[in-house]
Amino acid sequence: MPMLKRAALAAALCTAFAAQAADSVKVGIALDISGPFAALGAESRDGFDLAIEKLGGKLGGLPAEVVKTDFGGSPEQAVQLVQRYLQREKIDFFTGPIASNSALAVGPALFAAKVPFISSNPGPSPYAGKQCNPYFFGQYQNDTYDEAAGKLANEKGYKNMVIVAPNYPAGKDHLNGFKRLYKGALKDEIYTKVGQIDYAAEIAQIRAAKPDAVFFFLPGAMGINFVKQFVGGGLKDIPLVAPGFSADQDVIQAVGEPMLGLYNTAHWTHDLQIPANAEFVAAFRKKYDGRYPTVYAAMAYDTIMAIDAAVRDVGGRIEDRAAVAAALAKPSFQSVRGEFAYGRNHYPVQNYYLRVVDKDAEGKLTNKLVGTVLEKHQDAYVGECGM
Amino acid sequence: MDAIFIFEQLLNGLGYGLMLFLLAAGLTLVFGIMDTMNLAHGSLYMAGAYIAAKVHEASGSFVGAVAVAIALTVLVAAVVEVLVIRRLYARDHLAQVLATFGLILIADDAVRAIWGPSPILAPTPAALAGPVQLLPELPYPAYRLVLLGAGLAVAVGLYVLVNHTRTGMLVRAGASNRVMAEYMGVRVGRVFSFVFALGAALAALAGALMGPIGAVQIGMGEAILIPALVVIVIGGIGSVRGAFVAALLVGLVDTAGRAFLPPALRAVLPPSLAADLGPALAGIAMYVLMAAVLAFKPAGLFPARA
Amino acid sequence: MTQSERIAPSATVPARRFDAAGILPWAVFALLAAVPLIAPHFGLEYYVGFVRHMLIVAIAATSLNVILGYGGMVALGHAGFVGVGAYAAVALVEAGVGSAWLAWGGALAAGAVFAALTGAVSLRTRGVYFLMITLAFAQMLYYLAVSLRTYGGDDGYGLYTPLSLGWLDGVHGDVFYWVVLALAALVFALASRLAVSRFGHALMGIRDNETRMAALGYPVYRIKLAAFTGAGALAGLAGGLLASHNAFVSPSLMHWTESATLLVMVVLGGRGRRWGAPLGVAIWYTLAEVLKINTEYWHWPLGLMLLLVVFLAPRGVAALFERRRGEG
Repeated sequence: MPMLKRAALAAALCTAFAAQAADSVKVGIALDISGPFAALGAESRDGFDLAIEKLGGKLGGLPAEVVKTDFGGSPEQAVQLVQRYLQREKIDFFTGPIASNSALAVGPALFAAKVPFISSNPGPSPYAGKQCNPYFFGQYQNDTYDEAAGKLANEKGYKNMVIVAPNYPAGKDHLNGFKRLYKGALKDEIYTKVGQIDYAAEIAQIRAAKPDAVFFFLPGAMGINFVKQFVGGGLKDIPLVAPGFSADQDVIQAVGEPMLGLYNTAHWTHDLQIPANAEFVAAFRKKYDGRYPTVYAAMAYDTIMAIDAAVRDVGGRIEDRAAVAAALAKPSFQSVRGEFAYGRNHYPVQNYYLRVVDKDAEGKLTNKLVGTVLEKHQDAYVGECGM
Repeated sequence: MDAIFIFEQLLNGLGYGLMLFLLAAGLTLVFGIMDTMNLAHGSLYMAGAYIAAKVHEASGSFVGAVAVAIALTVLVAAVVEVLVIRRLYARDHLAQVLATFGLILIADDAVRAIWGPSPILAPTPAALAGPVQLLPELPYPAYRLVLLGAGLAVAVGLYVLVNHTRTGMLVRAGASNRVMAEYMGVRVGRVFSFVFALGAALAALAGALMGPIGAVQIGMGEAILIPALVVIVIGGIGSVRGAFVAALLVGLVDTAGRAFLPPALRAVLPPSLAADLGPALAGIAMYVLMAAVLAFKPAGLFPARA
Repeated sequence: MTQSERIAPSATVPARRFDAAGILPWAVFALLAAVPLIAPHFGLEYYVGFVRHMLIVAIAATSLNVILGYGGMVALGHAGFVGVGAYAAVALVEAGVGSAWLAWGGALAAGAVFAALTGAVSLRTRGVYFLMITLAFAQMLYYLAVSLRTYGGDDGYGLYTPLSLGWLDGVHGDVFYWVVLALAALVFALASRLAVSRFGHALMGIRDNETRMAALGYPVYRIKLAAFTGAGALAGLAGGLLASHNAFVSPSLMHWTESATLLVMVVLGGRGRRWGAPLGVAIWYTLAEVLKINTEYWHWPLGLMLLLVVFLAPRGVAALFERRRGEG
């Protein structure tokens, strides 16, 4: 890591003297590795590092300079960092934030400067709809995971459900996403305190409601607390359904056995049988002590591959921002998720899969692919996009 | 909503209160007796949780893990006491806030360097993983009963220690008048070191016990530090009895707010307004309680100092 | 023992008057005013925004220094006032206000009103209880903002069209910088003036011995409330400016660690010192920026610095600076 950074620094110094010839590509990564999303941010970083290593430090044939700075998960700090990237580092591409709020905070400055922002994770609804922008590219729209979960709940025949999310607008968006395709009845909608530690009161409510299943969107520590206490409270006969981010490898390894059998939905899984994916997962596990990658790592990897392809497609003429954006909109790389296409809002039309937490051959807990829930699915906001 | 449900929620409230008390007890000791504001108490809590989780995973023994966690955390705390805290006893609260805030920053980076940024596994001991049937209609997590018991034991133990032992007498003497106590031959420095170690042991115990039902990750100490501070302030700083009563009060108010406020509002307000207002009010119930208590009793419910 | 009695009396003396004292603020002001003119010639445009951000935070820190340093009120909810100001500005924009002056005025007023209301309750308590009750009010605001859908809740709220500065628009690309600098200088001058004013002396008297001041017939509670309200107003103004600066507002502005950071910066610089707040902000932000660029582990050096300051410069960095000047 430090060596990579030093190399980037050296490269930066060299170009400072080498005038304006577009002989390198500069990618600004806003690292999210301290603060509330540290675990996910570290996953992303590992994905970025792996991709750049695989490409031999080049993007589209040009030497790559990667600047990485932590912003601690604070949208205000993200804004400040992006100003530095734009004005001081003069980046050509931007990526990195984990949370929607940071992505929404930094978007306007990047769009005004016509610097493509390839999100490696968040897919906030404003950028899919009314505020869609030619220079923003999503990996998935936030609600689509929940929509897939709603469809799954129908297929499983759950007639009565309780749904749980933290009490902020994004939490409500996720529950609305679930309700969009779920056809059964809702026994209760529970909104919890942001950063809540103890879930005994909510679990008692769920027990009293006796639902067929529970859908929850509780990111990070909240989800870990909830699942541990849910199973400890003797509700393990009630199936849990979650969007993929509440049941990814980071959560699985922190919760352990209580995660077994948890259904979750995502647009990628590590056992997806696609050559590009198999290669990525093998390389990742080799580099990072046998650890399974998460969606965050996979999409960070894909982000770098997308930039690589776009730079190649424009023949290295990255000053032509419009051409770069057009190239990004027609992905010509082998994505680890398999085939996908962008809708006109630059959010993918792609498959969503059902995963279940199970044990692998070595007895390690991990997600296993069960099947496809939604095929070539597009988000619900594209109609609002005027692009 | 039947009687059993209400009883269960009360029990949940008490349970959460006792969890908060586990952390608040050590905090109020150090804060109240030594008049030292230690924000890094949450970092000791985190250390306890991490060590216990790692030892438990490696050895399989939960009791052993808790013991090792306490021992190692006290050791770390002793080093920190000698290097930093000891020099803060005579300083004002702001210096203490500044220095211990610095310790938090160092501790978080240290944990990230040692164990990585991801939350780690902290399994529940197998024997306690499921629920027990308290009443025919009421299963209750067995592990939470352990937490309840630990909270009560700490409360009783501290009460006896402070009020009915010779050590406790020395502690009280050193706290109420340091100079006078020193004239009388009490080695106040040593007494304070003992109290700090005891506070660290309680923080480690709390962390080790909370691990199996919560996320063990960086920042976990800060997340629970604020509710714990609320507890000791409502109770009156330095009063173990106050912290105990306040912890139960906060636990009950917080739980009741989450369990009963949203349905109650739904009954009287339009649905969309109730859906927005209920959880928002439940979220700040604890702070409203504290502001209300302090508005009428500016030194908490049981002021320890006149 | 109350908090106010524990502050060493020597810290109460206003900044020593050395000959350079009259010139120094003007020199700093001139230097800062020149930043937007000089920086672009060295490819350092970014630092115009960086300094602007520091100036805004310095306004908030200076207002905290007034109640903390002069008034002995250790508040841990100052970010709450900043947040109230920021959200007030956003609310005005949402209601159709396009003038920056109106939005910032609203931010200032909102900060004052919120500080007056919470101060009326909080100032009944002392020391750590005061610290905690101010924290409680800020936390309430934080949770309300997180769940408030109208202004984006946790996602925050973007100000996509820049506010108008009236006839100043179009004078120069960096006119907002100079406006911020002028406001920061005004706040600095106000705070400096306060230290030698009757009101300021009464406030410091209360900090050092509240009982005596009450016996002398000073309306102790009202003086403290007035200072608290004034500080809230200035912090609110800083919040309004911050909303314009970031073109974005989110609840994380009000998180308790932001309040703690403000407190830390003031104590680091030197509480009750004329240069304490701006110096603390400058050191903290510059160091954090340099560390973040160079390492992922950027928290612990800041922590270490705090420990060093507590033990080596207990009255803050500004005090070291002043003492050396006094001797030379």
